[in-house]
Amino acid sequence: MRVWLPPVLLTVLLCALSAGMPTLEPLFEWVQPDKQNVVYERESFLFLLQNHLMLVVISALVGTVAAVAGGIFATRPAGRDFLPLVSQIASIGQTFPPVAVLALAVPVLGFGEAPILVALILYGLLPILRNTLAGLEGVDATVRQAALGMGMSPFQVLLQVELPLAGRVILAGIRTSVTINIATAAIGSTIGARTLGDPVIAGLVNGNTAYVLQGAILIGMLALTVDSLFEAAERVWDRRFLPQTAG
Amino acid sequence: MIELKNVTRRFGDAVAVDRINLTVETGEVCVLVGSSGCGKSTTLRMINQLLPHSEGQILVDGNDVTAMNPEQLRLNMGYVIQGTGLFPHWTVARNIAMVPQLLKWPRERIDERVHELLTLLDLDQATHANKYPQQLSGGQAQRVGVARALAANPNILLMDEPFGALDAITRENLQLEMLRIQSQLRKTTVFVTHDIDEALRLATRIAVMDQGRIIQHDTPENILRRPASVFVENLVGKQDRGLKLMSLHTVRDLMEAHPQPREPEPGADGLKEDDSLRVALSIMLWQNWRQVPVFNADGQETGTITRERIIQEGA
Repeated sequence: MRVWLPPVLLTVLLCALSAGMPTLEPLFEWVQPDKQNVVYERESFLFLLQNHLMLVVISALVGTVAAVAGGIFATRPAGRDFLPLVSQIASIGQTFPPVAVLALAVPVLGFGEAPILVALILYGLLPILRNTLAGLEGVDATVRQAALGMGMSPFQVLLQVELPLAGRVILAGIRTSVTINIATAAIGSTIGARTLGDPVIAGLVNGNTAYVLQGAILIGMLALTVDSLFEAAERVWDRRFLPQTAG
Repeated sequence: MIELKNVTRRFGDAVAVDRINLTVETGEVCVLVGSSGCGKSTTLRMINQLLPHSEGQILVDGNDVTAMNPEQLRLNMGYVIQGTGLFPHWTVARNIAMVPQLLKWPRERIDERVHELLTLLDLDQATHANKYPQQLSGGQAQRVGVARALAANPNILLMDEPFGALDAITRENLQLEMLRIQSQLRKTTVFVTHDIDEALRLATRIAVMDQGRIIQHDTPENILRRPASVFVENLVGKQDRGLKLMSLHTVRDLMEAHPQPREPEPGADGLKEDDSLRVALSIMLWQNWRQVPVFNADGQETGTITRERIIQEGA
């Protein structure tokens, strides 16, 4: 399975970098010669990585379920009337700056992980929802008509025909959403969520570029790793559902 | 048997199908023909309830379709549409196996049936079964579409301009194929087309539709000989009606049969029993033959036919 090689390698590299950050101390001393501490030590990087990832995964799961369910509902005969409304809600979610969501959510939900989760879910909805709608609407009408006309129930048509055909586009939406949210999750550090944004914020507050670098590198690496994971998943999907069109 | 009684379908204020009555007997091919927007496809889709009818009654083998579960109803009706509607993410074999799978046939029975149908439609198991629809030519894809419709051996076949998107040669081949299959299987078929030649060729009876109504419902011969209105007359083409009538009959109908089939003289030219009189006349005019031998499918000489006879009695 060669497609899985890049994500595996990147994961190993990411974990090694998180665990072995202190060994790079000489490098960061060169970057930031005037500070005593050049490696962030308030939390272990592995713990921050784990927590950061957890926030992204939970928000992606909730966002995917909500967006795909919403997309399916809005493309059913019963839900067609809601199609414009559903796309609008998703658009509004996207235009709202994540910081504003945090500012509004903190008084209600308090400090910590809850408000950033809300922000991430809202923020991640649109790409998934948009792609779910595009994918389902993109299924050839004659294919759907044939499926119904041959005696499939609407539920069978959805499960056996529409979702497999739209899945590739939906998957691409989830990929976009997750990649954006890996970056956005770092903002959670401003309201007390433990993420890889912690060293960045601490570095900015203390004028310690080395901290900022460490956080940024790991966030970037995480984004790359997850993206390559999706890349591999898309290839596997193609092989399974979209065989070559070459005659 | 399919019966439509006073069936009406409205879209908003527009009446697409206007109080039509139509009976399709068991085993016959009923072709609905007319220009686009005349309501022929709408009529077809009401039979399998993809479109519910606004008024009237539709009976399939005596049962009201509205009283039946729509999936159950459709599983017993093969459905072929223009552009095939094959599932692009499934192989040819899986596409054909669709309805048997929905009916939960055992694996071996499905495989056997798929093989049977590929053979029936002249598709090679080894080269085609594992291909995907995008890898097929238009004609092959539509063959698969027909095979899929026949898979669970339904009593009724609904065909909505199935050959409309194919080139003339492929279309003719598939029409002949369809005649051959129909002579074996005798499915009750409703076939929609805007091509009057296709209708004349395939139909047991033709229903000519215009503006949501059935103008004339009759055999191809009577439609040609006694068109009920100017519309029908124009549709069938007034000028070449004679030739069209000829194409309804075969050489077999007018030949002078030998008492016994005999071996042909080596190198003898002639016509085939199944050639239409139109083709026969055309060949005889071109070759300037007055009288030619007729051969059956096995190549034996079974009789002779003369040009005079075709001209006198052909139309």
